[in-house]
Amino acid sequence: MTEAVFYILAACAVVTATMCILSRSAMSAVLWLTATMLSLAALYVLLSAEFVAAIQVLVYAGAVMVLFLFVVMLLNLGHPTTDMRGPASVAATIVIAGLLAIQLFALWRYTPARLAGEVAQAPQFSDPATLFVAGQIAREEAVARGVVGAVAAPLFQIYLVPFEITSILLLAAIVGAVVLAKRRI
Amino acid sequence: MTDSMALLGPALGLSAILFTLGVAGVLLRRNVIVLFVCIELMLNAVNLTFVALAQLHGAGGQVMVFFVMTVAAAEAAVGLAIILAIFRHKQSVDLQNINLLRG
Repeated sequence: MTEAVFYILAACAVVTATMCILSRSAMSAVLWLTATMLSLAALYVLLSAEFVAAIQVLVYAGAVMVLFLFVVMLLNLGHPTTDMRGPASVAATIVIAGLLAIQLFALWRYTPARLAGEVAQAPQFSDPATLFVAGQIAREEAVARGVVGAVAAPLFQIYLVPFEITSILLLAAIVGAVVLAKRRI
Repeated sequence: MTDSMALLGPALGLSAILFTLGVAGVLLRRNVIVLFVCIELMLNAVNLTFVALAQLHGAGGQVMVFFVMTVAAAEAAVGLAIILAIFRHKQSVDLQNINLLRG
């Protein structure tokens, strides 16, 4: 059942992403990408990351995509002719993307059992007994403290300094966006 | 072993497909905004990888997704402001007309 739902959502994500890179107007590209993000949010729920799914809908499909839509509407590009590159570039794209896909698609065969088997064959690099302990602890934590608590604990303990640095990054982004978008530059 | 762990390999494969589609979009299109959309698609593919591996290796992967989202939001704000500034100069978002650095 879970697998069937996963493959339906995966098909949705791939189809909408393909439409996103092939659609002629920027407006429909943004809307197709929003659909991709919503399918990904549903996939996150399947992968037991409920809080990330909520954030994905709120921040990504909500805020970031609305920002894109604002800019597309502000520029008022009308109905453009196609902006695809020439046939030479299309051929190069197919070669590059094909090679990349072949390399990345080897990840398809990555399963917990396979990883455990490989570690068992070479135990000098990593102890097989402690291989999936972190995932096990995270699952118990999620049961004990709820899905938000399980994410909040590492965020505010181990990753506290990166979290604080993030605020500086956001401040710099706000100032930069305001300065760049001013009338005279 | 939970039920969703069997989905680890397929989830990584899906993120590979989405990332490749994003790369293909960046190479194919000339519209700057569509290019930006394709970069967001690639970031989302990487997020899927983090979430898929988080159920195996702990919640650190989910924390990393937050950082990726923050950086993506900041990048979108600044990048779209740059696109607006360029559009005011050139009256175009086509990469063919934006060649200031070509010398």
